[in-house]
Amino acid sequence: METGTLQVRNALQEFRAAAIAMMPLIVAVMPIGLVFGAVAAAKGLTPAEVTLMSALVFAGGSQFVAMDIWTHPASWAALGFSALLVNIRHVLMSASIGSKLDGFSGPARYASMLLLADEIWAMAEMRASNGKLTPAWYAGLAVPFYCAWVLTSLTGAMVGALLGDPKVIGLDFAFPAVFIILVMGFWKGSETGAVLAASACAAVVTHQLLPGVWYIAAGAAAGVVVAMLSGGHKEAHA
Amino acid sequence: MSVDLNTLLAILAMAVATVATRIGGLVLIRYVTIGENQKRALEAIPPAVLMAVIAPTALVTGPAETIAAAATAVAATRLPLLASVAVGVVSVALLRQVLGGAW
Repeated sequence: METGTLQVRNALQEFRAAAIAMMPLIVAVMPIGLVFGAVAAAKGLTPAEVTLMSALVFAGGSQFVAMDIWTHPASWAALGFSALLVNIRHVLMSASIGSKLDGFSGPARYASMLLLADEIWAMAEMRASNGKLTPAWYAGLAVPFYCAWVLTSLTGAMVGALLGDPKVIGLDFAFPAVFIILVMGFWKGSETGAVLAASACAAVVTHQLLPGVWYIAAGAAAGVVVAMLSGGHKEAHA
Repeated sequence: MSVDLNTLLAILAMAVATVATRIGGLVLIRYVTIGENQKRALEAIPPAVLMAVIAPTALVTGPAETIAAAATAVAATRLPLLASVAVGVVSVALLRQVLGGAW
């Protein structure tokens, strides 16, 4: 009984510590949620529809792309396919973090992946590399962030017209800024530099040549290929 | 608080597609054994994916975005996360004012 209470207390402490670590990203995602809600309302979605999308899809990039290609009536095939393409990076992310979920039960592994988003995943990778990633820690990263995304989307849909153009105050840059900072966190020397350079080149070239979001897949593939080649090179010398 | 049927179907299609990608990696690693090479590839995924997402915005949108991206990267090496985000947002807003929208 006593050890049970202790475990609960430890889990609560981990949840709290993770939520605090996540706080800057929660603050950074709030304007993005507001902007998404406003954009979606401008496209003719009701606040209920906006909230439903943020709650069920919970993937900002694909939600913005969906607003780009939205039609009336909505085409489920086009929107489903575009979400698949934008979010295909999740396969790589869940494969990567999936090998670090040692303390998770089978169902908990799958449940935790339902709330996989770029920011949550990046913070979970950080935790796994310099601490122990537990289910309580993961929940502390994911649940408050999820709630912030859904609630700010709803708020944006209701007050969107009051926000004005987000570009004027630079709020549209909050999302790339967070990603740039997360990239810097993964720096481990020149090998990382080669991966980043390859990814950036492939992404920019693909972005110029192909419509849609193939550039994400191209950049990821180029980075992985360079990492494997540089590893093979080292082995040949050893 | 109305929900259009076509919109609901589209949202569900997006949700199903997204859940498939989130679960996909877990299913994948059950069938692929992780050796040295696979491990190296998996380790490169996080920075490669993040870089690919931001590269078009950071590099080919305009000078304001490129300079702000560089400022954010430098800030990230010395400042806490939220302060670095603020550096990026404020500098992009100022640079867009100074450089104008014609770029």
